[in-house]
Amino acid sequence: MRVPVSWLRTFVPGLTEEVASADAIAAALLRAGLEVEQVLRVGGDVTGVVVGRVLDVEELTDFKKPIRFCHVDVGTRVHDVVCGATNFVAGDLVAFAAPGAVLPGPFHIASRQTYGRTSDGMICSTRELGLGEEHDGILVLPPDSPLGADVVELLQMRDEVLDIAVTPDRGYTLSIRGVAREAATAFGLPFADPALLDVPPASGGHPVRIDDETGADRYVARTVTGLDPATPSPDWLQRRLTLAGMRPISLAVDVTNHVLLELGQPLHAFDLDKVKGEIVVRRAERRERLVTLDGQDRALDPGDLVIADDSGAVALAGVMGGASTEVGEATTSVLIESAHFTPVSIARTARRHKLPSEASKRFERGVDPALAPAAAEAAVRLLVELGGATAGPGTDVDRRPDPITIQMPVGQPGRVAGREYEPAVVRGRLEDVGCTVSGDVVLTVTPPPWRPDLTGQADLVEEVIRLEGYDTVPIALPTAPAGHGLTAGQRLRRTASRALAAAGLVEVVIPPFVSEEVLDVLGGGMTPPRLLNPLADTEALLRPSLLPGLLAALQRNVGRGLHDVALYETGVVFVTPGTAGTSTPPVTHRPTGEELAALDAALPVQPRHAGLVLAGTRQGRPVDWADAAEAVVALGRALGLTLELRNVQWGPWHPGRCAEVLLAGQRVGFAGELHPRVVTALQLPGRTVAAEVNLDVLVAAAEEAGPVRAPVVSPYPPASVDVALVVDAATPAADVESALRAGAGELLEDLRLFDVYAGPQVGEGRRSLAYALRLRAPDRTLTDTEVLGARDAAVAEATRRVGAVLRGA
Amino acid sequence: MSAPDVSLLEPDRLESARDAALAALAATGALDELPAVRTAHLGDRSPIALARRAIGGLPGPEKAEAGKRLNVVLQVVQAAYDERRTELEADRDVRVLAEETVDVTALPGRLPVGARHPLTTIQERAVDVFVAMGWELAEGPEVEHEWFNFDALNFGKDHPAREMQDTLFLGPEDSGLVMRTHTSPVQVRSLLTRDLPVYVVVPGRVYRADALDATHSPVFAQLEGLAVDEGITMAHLRGTLDAFASAMFGEGLKTRLRPSYFPFTEPSAELDLQCFACRGASAEPGGEPCRVCSSEGWIEVGGCGMVNPAVLRAAGVDPERYSGFAFGMGLDRAVMFRHGVTDIRDLYEGDQRFTLPFGTEG
Ligand SMILES: [Zn+2]
Repeated sequence: MRVPVSWLRTFVPGLTEEVASADAIAAALLRAGLEVEQVLRVGGDVTGVVVGRVLDVEELTDFKKPIRFCHVDVGTRVHDVVCGATNFVAGDLVAFAAPGAVLPGPFHIASRQTYGRTSDGMICSTRELGLGEEHDGILVLPPDSPLGADVVELLQMRDEVLDIAVTPDRGYTLSIRGVAREAATAFGLPFADPALLDVPPASGGHPVRIDDETGADRYVARTVTGLDPATPSPDWLQRRLTLAGMRPISLAVDVTNHVLLELGQPLHAFDLDKVKGEIVVRRAERRERLVTLDGQDRALDPGDLVIADDSGAVALAGVMGGASTEVGEATTSVLIESAHFTPVSIARTARRHKLPSEASKRFERGVDPALAPAAAEAAVRLLVELGGATAGPGTDVDRRPDPITIQMPVGQPGRVAGREYEPAVVRGRLEDVGCTVSGDVVLTVTPPPWRPDLTGQADLVEEVIRLEGYDTVPIALPTAPAGHGLTAGQRLRRTASRALAAAGLVEVVIPPFVSEEVLDVLGGGMTPPRLLNPLADTEALLRPSLLPGLLAALQRNVGRGLHDVALYETGVVFVTPGTAGTSTPPVTHRPTGEELAALDAALPVQPRHAGLVLAGTRQGRPVDWADAAEAVVALGRALGLTLELRNVQWGPWHPGRCAEVLLAGQRVGFAGELHPRVVTALQLPGRTVAAEVNLDVLVAAAEEAGPVRAPVVSPYPPASVDVALVVDAATPAADVESALRAGAGELLEDLRLFDVYAGPQVGEGRRSLAYALRLRAPDRTLTDTEVLGARDAAVAEATRRVGAVLRGA
Repeated sequence: MSAPDVSLLEPDRLESARDAALAALAATGALDELPAVRTAHLGDRSPIALARRAIGGLPGPEKAEAGKRLNVVLQVVQAAYDERRTELEADRDVRVLAEETVDVTALPGRLPVGARHPLTTIQERAVDVFVAMGWELAEGPEVEHEWFNFDALNFGKDHPAREMQDTLFLGPEDSGLVMRTHTSPVQVRSLLTRDLPVYVVVPGRVYRADALDATHSPVFAQLEGLAVDEGITMAHLRGTLDAFASAMFGEGLKTRLRPSYFPFTEPSAELDLQCFACRGASAEPGGEPCRVCSSEGWIEVGGCGMVNPAVLRAAGVDPERYSGFAFGMGLDRAVMFRHGVTDIRDLYEGDQRFTLPFGTEG
């Protein structure tokens, strides 16, 4: 909402420039909760423009377009001027910019040669002065304008405009009236309500019927006749609209817009001669259509509230008028509609037809239903005064419900704020807002009709506290009960994040929107949720995996010239689409357990994952599958978990270089090198490696595991023994290792694979794995017999499980 | 075997043998030349060794005298040898260690360096401030049911406030599922699942249908707070926010509330933080301009208010007995102000160069 300060001041007579500058008004409104985003200054950038009289006009005919050479007298001297406009005659007073003047732009005026003459200045149009869009000709000033006077002063061009972002609860501040009331309250000055007009009693007006009282509870119709359709809006009217951000169109339209801005009541002007019979407010009929003012032929929805006459719908109520009854260049009789429509109805229709308008914006937020007759009267008066029209009779169909009353203990605002307010202050502030207040200990409050947002105690409390100032609320700390700190799971998640960084990975945070294409490339049959209104149609899915985002980030880094890239992300992924058709519980009381369970069951499964990608080199050598796998194993270790790896063929992975990550035999993720097909399709660096695990499962397992049991640190000497086992080349080392561990038993302290050999000495399709075993007892030095016994048992178990043969045996 | 040459034991001969040995040792420049010098002057065939063997050839009474002379020479030469060897070994050590000098400025970078994102670390820091006050950390899902995201938070079905949220909706049509537009649904979840009183802080990602540009992101991080207890007042809200501002952004920094509107709070307020760069001085007459706050003196960081009784009712809390306050703030903006980030895209594009300087604790 743009509020010209000069307009606002007219309704707060005491609020003169001396009392408060525009900035001071802005600050006071801000403190009262009106979001003044900026104070625009208008006209301040025009200097040196004065009133001049055109002495003579010489038409220059050598050019393709009409060009005039004139002499302009500014009182002190006469200037030669070349001008392209033709809408003036000798003797007219004009706005003349002499050399040295500045016009908005800034555009500095200087003497110049043009069309073969010297032009010593410029005759200005409305647009050149920054006063409006009109540029068909120059601005001709009233004949009584004093010669040589400053035009900026004369036209009161200098103004300030408050640009206010209106919150949804404050519909009434979408008007000069509403903002002026707040300003009057803020400065403690009397408010001159522009809606206090004497309205002649309605009788004998155009017939009106409200068929749907859920859509409209008031409809005022006024008519005027004998309007001169050629009369333009006067400058002051055009100027006010322009300052408020609206474009002047024609007198009838400008007048309705002026009332809309001033009072906040949307009006609609019908060409009375085109309205056929009674005006009816009703819902649209099935398959009914309407051509709206923008020329669109619209199929109406049975939920749309329409204004109809004998011919059918002629307007979308509160949203947009229809073409068939549009006010045009030949319109001499006008029917002014000033109605109160139900917010919900207007909101739905505006959204359905994608037609947000100045009118719908106000109806959605609530218009003062008491305003309708005064607003219509204001419009009629302007049409009579400015357009030579004759006022006709009025109709007022009034179905308003009784106003609500709210009971509030007078101490309630103080209880909420944490301080005391004098009862007189509480009553006074509520009256400032426009409420009627009675009672003593418990107040009975009737909110004013322009405040439909005041429906309960809390709303009244806010009015008192905000008008007294939030800065007068004291400062105190509540005492929370002793908390439990972070949960184990919350701490473990931080641990996981630090472990991944400690593994040499750089954390990224990636938006979760992915394309179908990338999921096709990655494979694995993922079924994530789909957005109905995605930001980009190409990324309409929510990520079921962290890999698409991480790989895109990897590619972006490489594209920006980085070679060695190692990224990780921990975040939520969306692995199921969620289900529709859950009924929504009421909000008047706590939902039942079943209702809440149904809501949660409808949600997609949203686990938190950890993912990582690496490319380029690491520690001076090319990255490989093990970098990804080791980072995951290290993550597990940081959480106190032992993760196992097993070869697997799956989704986007290289079929021979992919590990499924297992926790106690259960799959929790994958790690390894990406399939060359994926690398090519996603334009990634060759041999890109990646991993992804379900962090929720890891954290839950770590939480479950409880405190670590300390090992017995034996002071006795160790015994070392090596074994080399020949196994089938396809036998995983992990299987050999677990067999050795099982066979060696409790004396085994450590086991390390130190050599892998494949070649003629062990035979085709076989390989040798050499392990160093460290054995130790907690309570004694081991004898040779014990050591050899443990070694033999380990080898025997490996033989039993995987057919291992002791090398050289 | 020839007869021993007893003349070798003559004082002159011994002195010349000694002098020759000392001269040779002095002339030895390197450790590896020393064995040859030793062989020549202390070895089996050296004049001193031969003289020792010649002692037996002397008549009895002269033996002791000659032996004493020889021992003196031997000790002198041996001592000179030991000294020289020590010297040469020291020389060698100096040389070898000098040769082993490395350029410590040329780190090979064998330990890969990682870092955590500033949004992660600022979230942890902010949560820790509240945990220290006895609050607990609560969380909720990012895809949320409209009932939690809107209905229970007193957003009317067709109220413009719902429209203003720029919500991302999930299919199928009328699924009732949305990307949560704020962390506030966790207020409702916390009230439904926790015992009263409730003091929770809620960090999390939220979503709006805003295209990514320098100042907007469809994803951003919020920090929500909720306190519901008997006797909670707006003064408690102010006190908590001031305490948080001090702990998080600088001792003594203040917050400011401006009246506003949110469906789930009443009264509602915009939350401004005193500029931590100029502490408001830039907004004073004649103050130095401040780039952080555009010389406003305050930075808008979020919204807050007293929990609307309608929200308490929807969560089954008796608004006659309990009251509460809630606040929400954007952590992205906090990161941008704290670290001088001018383009929000830097937070969400995953450029390694952006995150690396933050280390693991921001
Ligand atoms: Zn500042």
